[in-house]
Amino acid sequence: MEAEVLLKLHHLHLELSNGTALLEDVSLNVRRGDALGVVGESGSGKSLTAMSVMGLLPGLRASGSIRFEGRELLGLKDREWRRLRGAGMAMIFQDPMTAFLPVRSIGAQIDEQIRLHERVSRREARARTVALLGRMGVPDPEAAAKRYPHQLSGGLRQRAMIAMALSCGPALLIADEPTTALDVTVQAQILTLLCEIRDSGAGVMLITHDMGVVAQTCTHVAVVYSGLVVEQGPVAAVMARPLHPYTQALLEAIPPLDGPRPDALPTIPGRPSAPDARPEGCVFAPRCRFVRPDCAVRPALREVEEGRRVACVLYDA
Amino acid sequence: MIRGFASRTGQMLLVIFGISVLVFAIFFATPGADPTARIAGRGASPQVVARIRAEYGFDRPLPVQYLKMMEKLFISRDLTSFVNHGQPVVPEVLQAAPVTLSLVLWAAFFWVSGSLVFGIASAVLRDSWVDRLLMVLGLVGLSIPVFWLGEVVNLVTQSRWHDTLLFRWVPPLGYVPFSQSPFGWAKALFLPSLTLAVAFIGLYARVLRSELLTAMGEDSIRTARAKGAGPVRVWLWHGLRLSWLSYVSLFGLDFAQLLGGGALLTEVVFALPGVGRLTYQALATLDLPLIMATVMYAAVFVVVANALVDGLYALLDPRIREGRHGG
Repeated sequence: MEAEVLLKLHHLHLELSNGTALLEDVSLNVRRGDALGVVGESGSGKSLTAMSVMGLLPGLRASGSIRFEGRELLGLKDREWRRLRGAGMAMIFQDPMTAFLPVRSIGAQIDEQIRLHERVSRREARARTVALLGRMGVPDPEAAAKRYPHQLSGGLRQRAMIAMALSCGPALLIADEPTTALDVTVQAQILTLLCEIRDSGAGVMLITHDMGVVAQTCTHVAVVYSGLVVEQGPVAAVMARPLHPYTQALLEAIPPLDGPRPDALPTIPGRPSAPDARPEGCVFAPRCRFVRPDCAVRPALREVEEGRRVACVLYDA
Repeated sequence: MIRGFASRTGQMLLVIFGISVLVFAIFFATPGADPTARIAGRGASPQVVARIRAEYGFDRPLPVQYLKMMEKLFISRDLTSFVNHGQPVVPEVLQAAPVTLSLVLWAAFFWVSGSLVFGIASAVLRDSWVDRLLMVLGLVGLSIPVFWLGEVVNLVTQSRWHDTLLFRWVPPLGYVPFSQSPFGWAKALFLPSLTLAVAFIGLYARVLRSELLTAMGEDSIRTARAKGAGPVRVWLWHGLRLSWLSYVSLFGLDFAQLLGGGALLTEVVFALPGVGRLTYQALATLDLPLIMATVMYAAVFVVVANALVDGLYALLDPRIREGRHGG
């Protein structure tokens, strides 16, 4: 039986107040126990997608649908959304140095989140904080809770950030480039931690530009380009046989592990179009090597195989 | 901790020493001017001049003169004003200090609460008409000269509309000590301190607004919202916590310079016998010992306040406590 769908974005469209569309059509699903990797280059809208799920984008106009545990979030009052934030869904950020308030101890900041959502005493909150930090593999969690963000290493800070995100037992964890600011060994530890969280039954949405991170951590992947989802499917299948030309190009740009080292890695010519100058048709057409006349009509994201969806004319029946 | 405190105290003493040398040099070692004649005042008899010359050691080398002066200021504290017929200077300053302290405390209360309200309001409602109105008002407050405002306040509350219901309570100009009547003390200081605070409210509200808006763009504020914190909590708890460092440092300096005599114009206009007014009188009569005393008093206050602000900084920001800035 299919696991319950936790988060369902359906034709999410996001625009500035002046009408410039930032996200044009983002549809994706996260099920319990799944980890969805959202991949794309800078400016593709992957972080915007995450932020709009959290409802952290005041001033932008969103339409379409964001359903979380069967409940429509768009149009929710801020007060109700606030109750979900941190409790039902939580987010961890790219740079744990700046994401924590620099002037308060991390323990106090985790306590704060617990006490924002649950009526517990200071002492109980602190006990939970310490237990959480310990579970995240922070050595001597009691002392660590009393420290300030700048006194911890990057890896410990990110662990503390994850502890904070998990403090109220969220069903969905959104991680926005959680390992970009960390070095490689710490990155591996953090990714293992994310896998454990996923295995414990939460849904994970991992925003990244790193295909390697996706391969290591995720069960599913959604490739975002210029505010649109262009390909979606199980990680293994997409990695083995990418369908969309953009996904193919992305995967080719990863250096091979075996064999002779290439002189230069393949790159994708051109640059992504700015939100106010997107082509009418397929957004990737200007950079696509398979471009042909019918690309002038924007292809819809359609299921082409079991569980795999792609938005490209090459796969039109 | 103790070492830091000791080195800080050492620095303070060094700065105060430097200032004292400078002040001494300006008033007593300026070439071509005879300090004896200036201390004696205009039209002093030759006997008085001779006595002063011997007492201050003006017939001896400069370092000795300096030491003599400092001894009279800080140790024997018998520096006397000759213009004012032998009035000892140090007690005079010490008497004036509580007046200034009261005035500045009241003003600080008004300007901190006023600027907090205006600054937060205009930051929260940024770019709305409320924000623009408050910022224009702040600029107006900042630009009004305090002596003019004080005169207008006096004109309105002391003569023109003194008999109306609104201003009947306003006491005559002057100071009432707290020990004599706490209520009278508050009444006497209400309008002067408010007048003094107007410019500061304008300045501090602007500073707070811009600092708050900068802070609200920080990642940690986004985290706070992602945690589910409400707007009041995000603004007042997280935002203010991040933005009041420069506010505090500005406050420390302004508070100190006002205590040291910076409220001169307000004190003169409202006839408050504070340190500023004392300085004003000393300058008007060229009373060198008194000038020396008030300037030194001001310098000590500014230096001590600076040290206090540094200490407060360390309390507010753990990164400074360890002597490192930023990440």
